[in-house]
Amino acid sequence: MPGSVQSIERAAAILRLLAGNRKLGCVEIANSLGLAKGTAHGILRTLAEVGFVDQDRQTGKYLLGHGILELRGHHLDPNELRSLALNWTDSLASRSGETVRLGVLDDGGDVLVAHHGFRPDDSSQTLDVGSHRPAHACALGKVLLAYDAAAATQASRRPLQAYTPLTTTTPLALAASLAAVRKAGWALEADELEMGQAGIAAPIRAPGGLTVAAVGISGARDRLCDGHRLPLPAPLLLVQEAARAISRELAPAR
Amino acid sequence: MHRYVAAIDQGTTSTRCILFDQGGRLVAVAQEEHAQHYPKPGWVEHDAEEIWRNVGHVVAGALAQADIAPSQVAALGIANQRETTVLWDRVTGRPIGRAIVWQDTRTADLVRELAGDEGPDRFRDRCGLPLAPYFAGPRITWLLDHTPGLRERAERGEVLAGTMESWLVWRLTGGPDGGVHMTDVTNASRTMLMGIDTLTWDDTVLEAMRIPRAMLPEIRSSSEVYGTATTVLPGTPIGAAMGDQQAALFGQTCFAPGEAKCTYGTGSFLLLNTGHEVVRSTHGLLTTVAYKIGDEPAVYALEGSIAVTGSLVQWFRDGLGLITTAAEIETLASTVRDNGGCYIVPAFAGLFAPHWRSEARGVIVGLTSYVTKGHLARAVLEAVAWQTRDVLDAMDADSGLRLKTLKVDGGMTADNMLMQMLADFLDLPVIRPTVRETVSLGAAYAAGLAVGFWPHLEGLRRNWHRVGQWLPAMDPHVRAMEYENWGRAVARTFDWARPGPPEKEGPGRA
Repeated sequence: MPGSVQSIERAAAILRLLAGNRKLGCVEIANSLGLAKGTAHGILRTLAEVGFVDQDRQTGKYLLGHGILELRGHHLDPNELRSLALNWTDSLASRSGETVRLGVLDDGGDVLVAHHGFRPDDSSQTLDVGSHRPAHACALGKVLLAYDAAAATQASRRPLQAYTPLTTTTPLALAASLAAVRKAGWALEADELEMGQAGIAAPIRAPGGLTVAAVGISGARDRLCDGHRLPLPAPLLLVQEAARAISRELAPAR
Repeated sequence: MHRYVAAIDQGTTSTRCILFDQGGRLVAVAQEEHAQHYPKPGWVEHDAEEIWRNVGHVVAGALAQADIAPSQVAALGIANQRETTVLWDRVTGRPIGRAIVWQDTRTADLVRELAGDEGPDRFRDRCGLPLAPYFAGPRITWLLDHTPGLRERAERGEVLAGTMESWLVWRLTGGPDGGVHMTDVTNASRTMLMGIDTLTWDDTVLEAMRIPRAMLPEIRSSSEVYGTATTVLPGTPIGAAMGDQQAALFGQTCFAPGEAKCTYGTGSFLLLNTGHEVVRSTHGLLTTVAYKIGDEPAVYALEGSIAVTGSLVQWFRDGLGLITTAAEIETLASTVRDNGGCYIVPAFAGLFAPHWRSEARGVIVGLTSYVTKGHLARAVLEAVAWQTRDVLDAMDADSGLRLKTLKVDGGMTADNMLMQMLADFLDLPVIRPTVRETVSLGAAYAAGLAVGFWPHLEGLRRNWHRVGQWLPAMDPHVRAMEYENWGRAVARTFDWARPGPPEKEGPGRA
């Protein structure tokens, strides 16, 4: 049996990225999906030919075409995500010894906590599934914004609230930070949401490269970071492994 | 070189292989589903040969996923769907017909016949179980009765019988070429054929059910090396076999009397460790063996078995088509604030504990034009939680031990709404550990103990940590009123199915 066709997976990811009346340029799309610009351009041209995307004549940006409008957009159900990810978030909690969360972007561009696993030290903790966190100030949010250009634009147009003196509060600094996330493949938050606390997160990607959620750990900064507020290699590796394992669960069964 | 323990969880809908490290942490998981055969209403069958093939696939898949060599696997443990019964040919190694699955009710008439004037508790003192179509022994009788010439062949020793762990261990250790024909005490305690005190096959029951001893496996401990695999994981010692629910109790490290867990899978099973004491239930629970480690005395459990929980969600998805994935039940149920007055009692194959009514059939009650699919979804989740309450109350009455918390595991524990309902309906904190796959973890622990990978039980306890907790937050008056409604709904399922015409056909081969 032949395997799946990569360019079709990528085309599907582009369509999902454009879902919801978004207009994005070729470079933004390429960056969001981790594709080379030439690859993204080739796929966009084909999609335009079949009427699945249109190109705005004035700005050159792409949007969903008439051919796709009757097709319903699909977002990953957070309950489905939790169910698929649970074995790996559990394993991440017990290996790292830290609190684990899964996040998705809500309609307002903040992080919706889709799953919360306790720090496995048997201390008293309360589930915060369903709560919201500011995307610009936490590792989960930075991952989600880094791979969603439209959400990132939306976020940088709003006032970026300072939670600590180290919170990113200017659109320029946020853009630079998101570019760094795309380059590294993970995000860090250190003293940005709460002093003394840190978080490390990585993207959960559906086939085609579309980032649908983020998984991360959070805990005392001293346990997760070195003296320069850089993540320690061991917890970072665990988060990346978990993200890869969960991404694998999202792939259709072969 | 890191070493690992492999667990095979041979379940009702799928077979899985999970690898665990020394810290009891999940390293890799591979899964393959097998076909469910429904040749007639009430009949459920599996192809034992298909399941055996899947074992090979999932073990290879798990090793590949974690990039682990077979030589790094210190031991293999098996947990299995219980009471599912398979017969096979000792010489060819081929299954004789399909395996009869635990949900299958074809033995209902036979069981009624066996109960006779003495009633369903005829063998309860001997085996700890009431006569019900749920258990394995009468399935062997049924197959012998309905397959021409089979009883004679069985008496000559040409036919072997077992539950799924027997079949898999026999195949893993060489099959027709020197395979070990065994069962463990936990699986044997679900046949009705084993003395619950003696832990040996009971001649009185064997005679009553007309089952030749020659076809039965040797009863072994749950944790000891039965043999070495010659295929799939060649050279690896097979160190454990346990019924899946007992394995989950073990994986939750419920090693002390009074500790309990409930596993949410196709059905749900609440097991309470009663130590070395055999507690006989007067409230509709089962007395079962929890585990036996090597030469140590057996540990017993009281069990509340609920037949339909996860399979109710499956039916909602596949039978009604109201959702596309099981997890969406929570999303749909979240669209409404309450059940809208609607209750679902999923007595699809009768009711198990604490009622044991094989003639009961499912109902949806309280329907008005106000009820939407969201209310139905909520009633599905509530049915899972109320059924747990029913068995918990029975357990309190039998054991006198009021649980302080409920430890949960299994696939459905990903459903936060269900977990909150459990806390609310049971009025207990509900706790989920860092390993949801406790069935596999328990089999791995037992296998690891047998080969010295883990030194003792107390060390395993230190691996147990809480990763989620739900606290009761329901108005006591609302709880009481809803529980009463649930009880009235349950009463409406009774006395529905009638005894069918006498059975003439052979085993299904559709």
